[in-house]
Amino acid sequence: MTAFQIILMGLLIICAVSVSFSKNLLNAILIYMSFSLVMSMLWICLESPDLAITEAAVGAGITSVLFFVTLKKIHAIDASDPEAKEEKENE
Amino acid sequence: MSRKKTAEEYEKTFAFRFFRWLSGEKDPYIGNVEMQPQKKYEPDHEAALRREKEHDAIMDKVYDTGHNRWLHLFHRLYQTTSVLFCLFLIALLLVTVSYLPANGTVTRPVNNEVSARYIEKGLEETGAVNIVAGMILDYRAFDTLGESHVLFVATITVLILLRLNKTEKDEAEVSDRRFEPKNDAILQVVATFLVPVIIIFGIYIILNGHLGPGGGFSGGAVIGAGLVLYLNAFGFKKTERFFTEKTYKWVCFFSLSFYCLAKSYSFYTGANHLHSVIPKGTPGAILSSGLILPLNIAVGLVVACTIYAFYAMFRKGGF
Repeated sequence: MTAFQIILMGLLIICAVSVSFSKNLLNAILIYMSFSLVMSMLWICLESPDLAITEAAVGAGITSVLFFVTLKKIHAIDASDPEAKEEKENE
Repeated sequence: MSRKKTAEEYEKTFAFRFFRWLSGEKDPYIGNVEMQPQKKYEPDHEAALRREKEHDAIMDKVYDTGHNRWLHLFHRLYQTTSVLFCLFLIALLLVTVSYLPANGTVTRPVNNEVSARYIEKGLEETGAVNIVAGMILDYRAFDTLGESHVLFVATITVLILLRLNKTEKDEAEVSDRRFEPKNDAILQVVATFLVPVIIIFGIYIILNGHLGPGGGFSGGAVIGAGLVLYLNAFGFKKTERFFTEKTYKWVCFFSLSFYCLAKSYSFYTGANHLHSVIPKGTPGAILSSGLILPLNIAVGLVVACTIYAFYAMFRKGGF
């Protein structure tokens, strides 16, 4: 195992822990995205590029986009945005 | 004691206040913040007794164990049976573990002859340079068929949960556009350049599935991501020109049934030792490796449509 892989593993653990400690849901999703990205790099290091492509497309792309839409639907993103909140109150 | 500052001056500095706070000599909130003094804890015996009586009364009414002997017996039986079931489960699992091959023996799954055969004869038998593609779409194509159906069933489940009727759908579209009434110009320009590249890359991954890393699933996911970006930039009106529920229905139907028929044919010929008419081609060429390329295309279509359908249904409950 090279030093690069050890650094990636450390990043992976940091990401995984900080997702569960993040209070802001939006931040949690962004950290989850970076988790998937680091994981896809690790898959390349482990010589499985097939999995790396899938991980990058599904884990970092599609899943987080679906999470974003869900957050928007339950108005979890609007609350943290002061401008949108004001607009909502004015209506 | 040689102090540069006098005692009065020193008391005003931050360091003095900090160390005083650190040693706990003064609470910084006292005098600055309006506070309510904390009440002393007093156990309320009467309330506790009342609550206990209420609890007992409820339990007596619901489970009348004093009068109903059968209920009492049933409770006992329930408890003993759950303990016995747990013990049985533990014993069963332990016995199963004891039947697993021991560490280091020849019969371990690691020493299975299947993986050696995949590596040695994979290129010859499937015609795919990429061994992984040969495995998942030729040797173990049945698993991949199940995966495609899982995706299809997942979409149907989301459809049942999130689908709206016509009027609700219009309302959802209006509320979807409330904060962004106009299309974003920056996003549109970026999407104009990026979407074709993303979709062509996805098609490349699908078509090269048997030659290099990739395949139907990852390529379909990339194409789906491109479609989602296009939808975000240009809105539902543009995408509805080429992608509606009907498109989804027919694409999934044709892809999945093609997959079923193609694999049924190869299973049938393989099981009966018949010669398959599908040519293998030269390994390395784009039109080679028999059924893997069309199967990759079918899986890619299903995955791309599924991802787009997920996104559209999450956003406005239909597409």
